[in-house]
Amino acid sequence: MSRRTLLKTGVAGGAALLAAHWLYTRSTVQSVADTRFVALAPDARAIVAAIVPVLLDGALPTGGAAVAALDAVVIGVDVAIGGLPPAARKELDQLFSLLAFAPTRSLVAGVWSPWPEASPAAVADFLAQWRDSRLLLLRSAYAALHQLVMAAWYGNERAWPAIGYPGPPSLAIG
Amino acid sequence: MTTAILRQSTLPDPFRDGLGRGWKVIDASTLAADLTLEADVAIIGTGAGGGTAAEILANAGLNVVMIEEGPLQTSSDFHMREAEAYPQLYQESAARKTRDKAINILQGRCVGGSTTVNWTSSFRTPPRTLDFWASAYGLTGFSAADLVPWFDRMETRLNIAPWAVAPNENNDVLRRGAQALGIPANAIRRNVKGCWNIGYCGTGCPTNAKQSMLVTTIPEALQRGATLLTRTRAWTLEHRDGRVSALACVGLDARGTDPTARRVTIRAKTFIGAAGAIGTPALLLRSKAPDPNGITGKRTFLHPSLVSAALMPERVDGFAGAPQTIYSDHFLDSLPLDGPLGYKLEAPPLHPLLVATTLPSFGPEHARWMRELPNMQVVIALLRDGFNPASGGGSIGLQGDGTPVLDYPLNDFFWDGARRALLSMAEIQFAAGAKAVMPMHSSGVSYSTWRAAQAGIAALPLAPLAATVVSAHVMGGCPLGPDAKRASVDQTGRHHQLENLYVFDGSLFPTSIGANPQLSIYGITAKLASALALRLRPA
Repeated sequence: MSRRTLLKTGVAGGAALLAAHWLYTRSTVQSVADTRFVALAPDARAIVAAIVPVLLDGALPTGGAAVAALDAVVIGVDVAIGGLPPAARKELDQLFSLLAFAPTRSLVAGVWSPWPEASPAAVADFLAQWRDSRLLLLRSAYAALHQLVMAAWYGNERAWPAIGYPGPPSLAIG
Repeated sequence: MTTAILRQSTLPDPFRDGLGRGWKVIDASTLAADLTLEADVAIIGTGAGGGTAAEILANAGLNVVMIEEGPLQTSSDFHMREAEAYPQLYQESAARKTRDKAINILQGRCVGGSTTVNWTSSFRTPPRTLDFWASAYGLTGFSAADLVPWFDRMETRLNIAPWAVAPNENNDVLRRGAQALGIPANAIRRNVKGCWNIGYCGTGCPTNAKQSMLVTTIPEALQRGATLLTRTRAWTLEHRDGRVSALACVGLDARGTDPTARRVTIRAKTFIGAAGAIGTPALLLRSKAPDPNGITGKRTFLHPSLVSAALMPERVDGFAGAPQTIYSDHFLDSLPLDGPLGYKLEAPPLHPLLVATTLPSFGPEHARWMRELPNMQVVIALLRDGFNPASGGGSIGLQGDGTPVLDYPLNDFFWDGARRALLSMAEIQFAAGAKAVMPMHSSGVSYSTWRAAQAGIAALPLAPLAATVVSAHVMGGCPLGPDAKRASVDQTGRHHQLENLYVFDGSLFPTSIGANPQLSIYGITAKLASALALRLRPA
């Protein structure tokens, strides 16, 4: 792809993002009723909850601890976004609008069912396509989701026993 | 969370003791009303440049106010937990990025700036770099010989000395691999005193062993009566007829992310920009400081760095032990300074959050590599940008809300260096006995022999956000030099157009350094701030 085409599609991609965000936020009224969350609206939470089991497939515990671990990661992502500056939060807000808005979720992300019903295979396809996309904008969106989710899990001490990390050492003297 | 309670340090915290003795520290997130302060000198930023300048100017008897965007966190607050430390102590939670998101930048944002969170590597400015500044930019008074007394002074001040303890295995793999290939590798000097060798420099030193600005120069300045403002973002310099009259600041909220309605105004005789090579140019741009030649915020350098992970047959435990103690300059020294990009090789600490966010791919493959964390070894290659015309660095722009963003295009000249760097790192890792090497790249591809890596890396598609590129060193944007057409500040650090504004930080550098920059900033600031102190000293 030539630099010129890349620039044009990059600009077009940016415009699509903004348009989806505008349409989406006008067409929905969301309340962040769950006080555990500071940054993620319910639809964004559903997206994160759908991608976490795929990004962390093989890392998250199975069985009884699975639900609590998934919850911890979603909350961790929310806390991490809440700690970012306003400009970065706004960009992520646009990204989640694009992914939540059914037409762009289908056409740009290739996920045809609403997020809570999306199959792990469909979510994995979406993530791989964005990761390997020719469009820098989509690669950067994938990178943002990857960074948020990996940080939320591996920054949490629940993740450490499985990876042989003993945690910080004791500072006790003597 | 009993472990967290147990880890509540019972070690001495000299900074908290100082607060108890009445040091003047104001957290703008707690201000009930706007505030105006007067000072001889206002220093914007408390990192390597601001901290060094604060001590020298306060010791000269000047009334100093320091303005810091980040919070005051001291050793009692440092719990060695990434999830806590990155949002507290780093710009943008350690996820600051270039405009196209292709480079992740680690930069401190707390009292002490990046010196509070860096990995203690201390190098004098390479003589080749200084020679280049003299020949290409006309600098005088900055030769290696000229700077010897200033490096000596700061090395004494910050206890910079050879590190006598054996390197941890993560660093020793770099040493052994280089040795096996006949490549020189040496020990890094460190700014520590009584270091426990635990490996958590990057989350704030819990034992106060690291001689950062937080435990050295800033306490000294406060002891001399200086004032420190925290969670205070320097927003604009008010200037007229070639002089700055005041600095207008906004208060930040307790999270440190969002501006509040609080305004802080500093009226001073002299102003020093020391907010780092993103913050200082951004302040000048927001202030519409005179810039007749369009220099401010241009030629910003990063030492853009490539990363290579290896799996070793034995345990590495790269999360334990002093994080960065071995380096090789072979791929800098063996290339012409202004030729193809050369690179410095070093090792980073391997804590789980940093590793997990850097490892490519997702799902079972990512999880498999994470389970190998104890056997993982990582080398980084820091590219020496800014010497060849094809390596022009980046430029600082302002976003809609006035906050800065760095645009740093990655061109073919860069990718050529990046590919050579990935090859060198893989060869060294295999020479040290690696079972597998994975260049950090979105393909997630890994190799089990040097021969396979050589062929694979040669063909790897390199592009922004395909290859992982990171940075921990931001430099340039307000370059030093005698020629106002090519430099923002003169050779005293004084702005060419604003007579009472100085820049004392990494923005001064006309190119990158080609080494971890903290000691370059300390030494050059010590020289410039000492001369300024002589001129400003009260009669």
